[in-house]
Parts: sequence; C-alpha cells; structure tokens
Amino acid sequence: MKGLRYILTGLVFGVIMVKSEAVSWYRIQEMFRFQSFHMYGIIGTAVFLGIVAVFFIKKLGLKDTEGQPITIPNKEQGWRRYLIGGSIFGLGWALTGACPGPMFVNIGYGYWSMIIVVTGALLGTYLYGVFQKKLPH
Amino acid sequence: MLELIKQPWPWYTSGMAIAAIMITLLLFGKTFGFSSNLRTICTIMGAGKTVEFFDFDWRTKRWNLLFLSGSLLGGFLASSLLKNDEPLQLSTATIQDLKGLGIIFDGKLNPAQIFGWESGTSFKNAILLLAGGILIGFGTRYAGGCTSGHAISGLSNLQIPSLVAVIGFFIGGLLMTHLLLPLIF
Repeated sequence: MKGLRYILTGLVFGVIMVKSEAVSWYRIQEMFRFQSFHMYGIIGTAVFLGIVAVFFIKKLGLKDTEGQPITIPNKEQGWRRYLIGGSIFGLGWALTGACPGPMFVNIGYGYWSMIIVVTGALLGTYLYGVFQKKLPH
Repeated sequence: MLELIKQPWPWYTSGMAIAAIMITLLLFGKTFGFSSNLRTICTIMGAGKTVEFFDFDWRTKRWNLLFLSGSLLGGFLASSLLKNDEPLQLSTATIQDLKGLGIIFDGKLNPAQIFGWESGTSFKNAILLLAGGILIGFGTRYAGGCTSGHAISGLSNLQIPSLVAVIGFFIGGLLMTHLLLPLIF
C-alpha cells in the first residue's frame, strides 16, 4: 500500500493545521489586522526552514525515495496572473478564513458548513478553466 | 506526550512542522500544493469532456488526493482524540474589532455566527460562504497556487512569481478585511 504514506502525511498536516490554529477564521482576521505575530511567526518559520532545506537538497543533489534526483519546478514567469489571481484568492481567504487545505481540515473537524466553501471553490476552479484563455496571464 | 500535542502549539513548533511536511513530500518526489486538488476533483467529475484545462490524467495526482483524505482524517483526529477545550487565545484588539462588526468571539476556531450548523446556516451566510469559495477556487487556479504552493513551496524555492502571488493574497485579504467586511456584516 504505497499510497498510505500520503494519507499519513496528510493526516499529520491536518493535525498541524488545527493545532497551529491556521484553520481558524479568527486567526486569519487577526493576521489581516496585524494584531498578532502568530500567523506571521508560523509562515515565517516554515519559509525560513524551507529555504534552508531546499538549498541543501539542491546543493547535495539529494534523491527522492524512488531514487530520482529531487527537482522543484520553477513557476512560470510573469506577474499578472500572480497579482490578480492572488488578490482574488485573498478576498475569499479573508471572507471564509480558509485556504484550500484548511477548508477540508475544517470539514474533518466537524465544521460542516465548510462543504459550502468547498463547493464554491470547485465551481470557481471550473470557471477559471472555462475562461482561462480569455484572461491576462 | 499526548497532553503536549493536545495543547495549541506555539508558532515556531507549527512553522517547523509545516516545513517538515513540505520536505517530506519533496523526499517522496512530490511538491506541496493543495489547491491543485480542486482541479483534479473537477476532472474526476467530468469537466475534462468540455473544458481543455481539465483534460488530463487525474491518476498522476492521486497522491495529492490521498493527502487530502489524510487531512480530513487529521481534522477529525484533532477534534476527537487530540481535542483541546481551552478557548482560543485571540488578541483583545481583534476581539474588539470583530465586536464592532457584530461578530461575537466565542473562543472556538470559527464563529458559530457564520459557520453555525446546529441552528441551520442562514441564507445570507450560505451565500457568503459560497461566494468566498468561488473567489478561492478561481483565484488560486488563476494564480497557479495557494498558501501551500506559493507561500510555502514557492518562497522556499525563492520564486519571484510566488512572492508576487503572496503580495496579491494580502492585497485581497486587506481589502476584504478593512473595506468589504464592514459593508457585509
């Protein structure tokens, strides 16, 4: 059962999201009001350690569990899609207090109304697919 | 040990744990990014028949759907075996600000006023949650990633586009928090 490791990693991720309170609508409000260091501390620590880890993974040419060299795809160049798309996501993030991961974690936690948010997110993703070629990227 | 896990974690523990998730997935040969699951689910539901964007072999993203299932289980575990009954330690300034909007802090993770299910979600709340979801789905796919794909994976890989995306997250978030929420609530 090779897929089990992904389920387990996801399970740990879900617990982290709750215990860090990153799934909390209140914490996201606090973040966007700059009234606590909490969320900035979490993201800052993760990014700092991530930068160090990715640096060493590249430097040492580490291989993954399949024996393949670890490569991290670069993002496409440009700025429009990132700035516009990012801002649209930010509006939804501050309204629902959930990013894509936490909305599922919240359902697992028992916040059933997050199913409405997930339904909307699927609809929004579908709409992007429909209009993709008409949008500036 | 269990008691230690049950308590809310300090920011540095949480940050280290999130970095560990990203690194674990890299070691498995995968890249941490949650929102692409939304595209995969659209494909499984048949969106690929009419829209080219969804026409891909979803099995290549099976691992991420398993990760998603795990995160649901993780949420459940955190609400049962690992449940913490202490109220959330929200800053008093935020409590005051939200009071001004008519949202009373109840010490839980999410306000029952918006997410309450027992009394039945009001029509207005349902519309707000649906609209918020649409913005999240559309925006993350347009930007090519969310908090995990851009803020964590992208910034760790020193990607300028990810930095632009994160700036966008904040433009939208600040606009909603300071200009739109007072109009909505």
